[in-house]
Amino acid sequence: MIDVLVDRAYFVVAFLLLGIGAHMVIGDRNLVKKVIGMNVFQSGIFLFLIASAYVTGASAPLLSEPGPYVSPLPHVLILTAIVVGVSLTAVALGLIVRIYGEYGTLRADVVTEVNDGE
Amino acid sequence: MSDLPALLVVLPILGALVSLLAGVRFDRSGWYVAAATLSVQVAGAVAFAADGLSGAPGSYAVGDFTIPYGIELLVDGLSATMVVLVAVVALGVLAYARRAGPRSNQFYSTYLLLVTGLTGMSITGDAFNMYVFLEITGLTAYALVASGEGGRSAVAGLKYLLVGTFGASLYLLGVGYAYVATGTLNMADLSTELAAVGYASPLVRASFAFVVVGLFVKVAMFPLHTWQPEAYAGSPDSVSALIASLVSTVSAYALVRIVLTVFTPEFLDAVPFARPLLAATAAVSIVVGSGLAVAQTEIKRMLAYSSVSQFGLVVAALSVTNATALVGLTVHLVGHAVMKGGLFLAAGLVATGVGGRSVADFDGLGSRMPAAAAAFGVLTLGMVGVPPAIGFFGKWYIVVGTLEAGAWGLAVVILLSTLLTLAYFARLLERMFFREAPAAAETGSADAAVADGGEGRDAGGHSSADRGVSLGMVAVVVAAALLAVGLGAAVPAYESALAPTVEVLLS
Repeated sequence: MIDVLVDRAYFVVAFLLLGIGAHMVIGDRNLVKKVIGMNVFQSGIFLFLIASAYVTGASAPLLSEPGPYVSPLPHVLILTAIVVGVSLTAVALGLIVRIYGEYGTLRADVVTEVNDGE
Repeated sequence: MSDLPALLVVLPILGALVSLLAGVRFDRSGWYVAAATLSVQVAGAVAFAADGLSGAPGSYAVGDFTIPYGIELLVDGLSATMVVLVAVVALGVLAYARRAGPRSNQFYSTYLLLVTGLTGMSITGDAFNMYVFLEITGLTAYALVASGEGGRSAVAGLKYLLVGTFGASLYLLGVGYAYVATGTLNMADLSTELAAVGYASPLVRASFAFVVVGLFVKVAMFPLHTWQPEAYAGSPDSVSALIASLVSTVSAYALVRIVLTVFTPEFLDAVPFARPLLAATAAVSIVVGSGLAVAQTEIKRMLAYSSVSQFGLVVAALSVTNATALVGLTVHLVGHAVMKGGLFLAAGLVATGVGGRSVADFDGLGSRMPAAAAAFGVLTLGMVGVPPAIGFFGKWYIVVGTLEAGAWGLAVVILLSTLLTLAYFARLLERMFFREAPAAAETGSADAAVADGGEGRDAGGHSSADRGVSLGMVAVVVAAALLAVGLGAAVPAYESALAPTVEVLLS
């Protein structure tokens, strides 16, 4: 178990990012920081998948040298996922602008209090 | 085979573009564009279903790329059912939204994009493509939930977005694990490759766990359901009806597809934690969802918690994986979509006509709004599972399926849940038909609406006074009620049409 983790340090880093992101989404009261946490969480997954495609000493499949190639597919997939992530962030920030306009605050607990008080 | 499967996904995107572009020149064109697009979509979906339900499952290669490398679209009974369901329900809710819902061109455009996402999820045979459509569905659903006026819908939309992204990301992580283990993303290919890697591999098992938990968030299974009541209660009526009847349904379909096509029933047999994970989540959702529904006083929240419990039934059927339960699962998905969509629309109708959204506002509704009350009554009885309605057949097949599999515990939980469903719907029936309307109802309704937090209703920016109930809105709700009863008669024919698909899924 330990040697697998040492061998693949990116496992540890990726799950550290997942943990930090999840903690920010759940624990932070500031709505913008929640969105940043969401981005950190997604980045953890992106980096994990990109790193898992890495092959030591391999070249890009475009170059016609003989030898091992890095699979390009995960990079393409993650490119798509990044686009999705950008759109999500844009929608989230748009909603936060509206929430700020309505409530005059970015704090999730104050927003909840106002909603419950109505 | 024709290019119909691809066109079904592309058509609503085109409609969404046309709706936006035409909106620049013509102010009120959005609804007509959306209605035309969805009418064509319904026709196409029916033609697609004729292919999908007429025999052995087939497939379509997008752009003629060789199948394991290119994206595959699946043509079988299950995908055909979902495509037709999405098109028909979307058209019905659109008819309701003409008078009731938000009316901007952007709204109709987003609405059509949601249909694209749902159709894509129903039809795709590629695990990563599924993620993309899952996110298209998610993004548009977040935007639609937030399309009501006032801060509450924006807060609900943001909460939905954060939780939904969490679920979709977990799904992506699971797909990534499966890709690392096998090097393919095509569903059919994945199932053979995963078997070759071996079900004991930690990568494969982790992949299953992440995918299933990620989709549980989207389906709103018990501990992961927290976004749902907010999202349903905070959004405009037409949006909550559309989302309640389609988004969770198609996510549940995605779960079924991934578990049966990618991981196959052999995986469930081989891995000790797989079946209990599904069965336990299902049982807890069924019981806790119904329990929470009984405790609600706001109608839309009650219906939302009821969905948690109803989708528990679907996952329960999935966990036993036999032919009977699978038929029950599909019938229940269709029935639930029709009935829950109708109930949300009827709740909107009541809120518009009477001016309140709490259980107490249903007092004496039978005499005040007879058509709405009758439709609501029929739909609630259908949800409980009274025989001629489709709700009965779904539950019946699922219970028989669990008994065939020897899962006595699940069968007991399901029967118990029927009693709980009755518990939260019977009090509405009693209030509607056996109580007098409050004397102050005529004069006090507007104040009551403001006092009990009915802001979500003011989605179109109008108060109930200047909007009123249109004949079209009532007609849609009554049609949903008739459909819920009428579909019951179609179940035996549907079962035999679905048989080839079920056989392939379970083999």
